[in-house]
Amino acid sequence: MTETSTRFKSRTKRPSGRPELYTSYSQHLRMLNTRPKFVSVTAIVAVAALLPWVFDDQTLSLLGLGLAASIGAIGLNLVTGYAGQVSLGHAFFLAIGAYTAAALSGDPEDNELIGFGVTNVVVWLLAAGLVAAFFGVIVAPLATRLRGLYLAIVTLGLVFIGEHIFKEWPELTGGPGVGRPGPVPELFGVGLNTPGDFLTAEQKLYLLMLVTLIIFALLARNLVRSKVGRAFAAIRDRDIAAEVIGVNLTRYKVLAFAVSSFFAGVAGALLYTITGFIEPSSFNLLLSVQYIAMVLIGGVATISGSILGAMFITLIPALTRQLPNVAPFISGDATKAFNVFQLETVLYGLLIIGFLIFEPRGLFGIWIRIRNYWKAWPFTY
Amino acid sequence: MAELLQSISGGLGQGSIYALLALGFVIIYKATRVISFAQPALMLAGAVLVSYLVGAVGFYAAVVLGVVGAALLGLGIERTVVRPMVGKPVFVVAIITLGIDIALRVVVNGFIGNDVRQVGDPWGFARISVLGVAVQERHIATFVTTALVITVLFAFFKYSRLGLAMRAAAFDQETALAQGMSVGTVFALSWAIAGGLAAVAGTFVATGAGLDQQLWIIALKALPAIILGGLDSLGGAVVGGLTIGVVESLVATYQSDFAPWLGQNFAVVSPYVVMMLVLLVKPYGLFGTREVERV
Repeated sequence: MTETSTRFKSRTKRPSGRPELYTSYSQHLRMLNTRPKFVSVTAIVAVAALLPWVFDDQTLSLLGLGLAASIGAIGLNLVTGYAGQVSLGHAFFLAIGAYTAAALSGDPEDNELIGFGVTNVVVWLLAAGLVAAFFGVIVAPLATRLRGLYLAIVTLGLVFIGEHIFKEWPELTGGPGVGRPGPVPELFGVGLNTPGDFLTAEQKLYLLMLVTLIIFALLARNLVRSKVGRAFAAIRDRDIAAEVIGVNLTRYKVLAFAVSSFFAGVAGALLYTITGFIEPSSFNLLLSVQYIAMVLIGGVATISGSILGAMFITLIPALTRQLPNVAPFISGDATKAFNVFQLETVLYGLLIIGFLIFEPRGLFGIWIRIRNYWKAWPFTY
Repeated sequence: MAELLQSISGGLGQGSIYALLALGFVIIYKATRVISFAQPALMLAGAVLVSYLVGAVGFYAAVVLGVVGAALLGLGIERTVVRPMVGKPVFVVAIITLGIDIALRVVVNGFIGNDVRQVGDPWGFARISVLGVAVQERHIATFVTTALVITVLFAFFKYSRLGLAMRAAAFDQETALAQGMSVGTVFALSWAIAGGLAAVAGTFVATGAGLDQQLWIIALKALPAIILGGLDSLGGAVVGGLTIGVVESLVATYQSDFAPWLGQNFAVVSPYVVMMLVLLVKPYGLFGTREVERV
C-alpha cells in the first residue's frame, strides 16, 4: 500500500488533503490515473490469473475464447469507435489472421494443406497480425476516399469476397465442410494445447490468452491516450475540422485500419487455437455483426468496454444453451422450430437495437451510471 | 451469339430484381440519409407472405397482399425503431437496421422452415423464343413488372402532391418542414414503399426454384447496384441494378472458360468486385451527387 501511495503522490506535489486532485495534464493522462483505478485493475488481473485453478476446463476454454475475442473487439473499437470508420469487414481480417497462423504452424508433411511447421506462438501470432495489417493497408485506400455508409458497404463486400476466396482455396482452408486444424501453439518447446505435467491444455491456453490480451489492451490504451488516439477522435468527430487543425487524414485512416486489422489478425489466430478447427464458411457477415455487437454492447470508444462486450457476447451461447432445461418450449435441437441457435441470433439483433436506443454508451455506460450514483450517495439528487 | 443473348436476357431478369431492391434502398436513403440493412428481411417476409397466401387467393392477389404486408412491416419498423432515432448519427441507425434484419430474418426463417417453399408463380422454368433466343418467361415477367413499377413510381414522384413532398424533403428537410410538409409522413412512406418493392423483388426471386433461407444474400447484392449508380440517384439505382445483373450473368456464363482460376461460383461475388473497382475510380458512383468539401 505504501508503494501505491508514493506512486500517486510523489511525482507531482498535490495539495494536502486532496489526494485525488490533478494538478497537471500529464497526471490526468496517466494510464492508471486514480488510485481506485490502479487498485481495481490490479485486482481484476490478479483474479483473472487465478481463475485457471478455480474453474473446470470447459469453462476455462469458454473464458479463453472471450479473452481472445476481446482482442478482436478492441481492434474493431479502435477503427470504428475511436476513428469513426464503420467496418463490417472484421470477419475478413479475423480469417486472414487465423489462416496465416494455421498455415505457418501447419504440418509441412501434409500433402493436402499448406503448412510450414513454425509452431512458435510468438512468431505466428506476430505474422498473423502483420499479414492482416497488410490487408488492412490494402483496403485503406478505399477507406480514405470514402466516408460513412459507403465504407460500411465496401467492407461488407470484403466479407463476401473473402468468404468466396476461402471456400475456393482448399490448399489453404481445406474447403467448405472440411476445414483445417487450427494453429498449433508452442512456446520454448512446450506445447500449449497439450496436457502437461502441471497444467492442462485449457489452463495453458487460458493463460496464453490472458497474457496476450493484457499486452494488447495496454498497447491499445497507450495508443488512444497518445497523439494518434487524439487524431483518431478528431477524425471521428469531424473529419474536415480534423484536417483543418493539421491531422493528416490519409495517414491516420490507413493507420487506424492497419492497427485494427493487426488486432483482428491476432484475435483470429488465437480463437482457433482453442476450438482447434477452422471452417471457411464461418467467416461470414454474422461474425462481423457479432463483433459490432461486442463494441456497441460493451461501449463505443472504450477499451474496458470492448473486453466487457466480448465476454458478454461469448458467454451468451453458454447461457442460452441452458434454457431448454428451464423453458421447455425452446428446443436445443437445431432442426426444431424454435431452438436456442435462433434465439441467440435474435438476441444479437435485439441487444444491438436495445443498447443503441436505450444505453448508447453500452455496458461501460451502465457502470459509469452505477459509479456516479454511489459517488454522491446518499445525496443522489 | 445465342449463348451471349441468352445470358444477357437472364441478367436483365435478375438485374430487374436488383433494381427493385436498389430503389428501396435509395428511397429510404434519400428520405432519411440512412442505408437500411433491413431490406433482406423485408424481401424474405414479403415472399413468405406470398407463399402462404397463394393457396387461398391465387398468385396475383397473393402478390398484392404480400406487397401490402411487407409495406406495413416496413412502416412498423420505421415507427417503432427508426423514428425514435431521428437526429442521431446515421451510422447508429444503419446498425440498428442491421439488428432488425438479423432478428426479423430468424422469425421469417421459422416460417420458411428447412424445406423450399413455392410461391406458386405461373411461369416456373418455362421458356419462350424471342427473336430466336430462348428466354425464360419468368425473366420477361420480372422485367416487365419492374418497368411498370418504376414507371408508376417515377410518375408518383413527379406528379403527385406526396411525391413532390418526398422530393422536397429529400432536397432539404428543414425547408420542407417550414413549408408545412410532414417529414414524418415522408419517412414512413419511404419505408413503406421500400417494403413493398422488396416484397415484389422477393416474389420474383422465389419464382422458378422456390424460396429458401439462403435467398436473403440476393438482397444484399442490391448494395453494389446502388453504389454503382450512386446512393442518391433513383435512375442510377435502376441502371446499377440492371448492370450488376447482366455482369453477374455474363460472369456466370463465361468465367469458367476464360478465368477458371477464379473458382466456382465467382459470379456470386462478382457484383462486389465490380463495386470495388468502380469506387476506386468514382467514389460517389456513376450518377451520385458529389460531396464538395474544401479545407
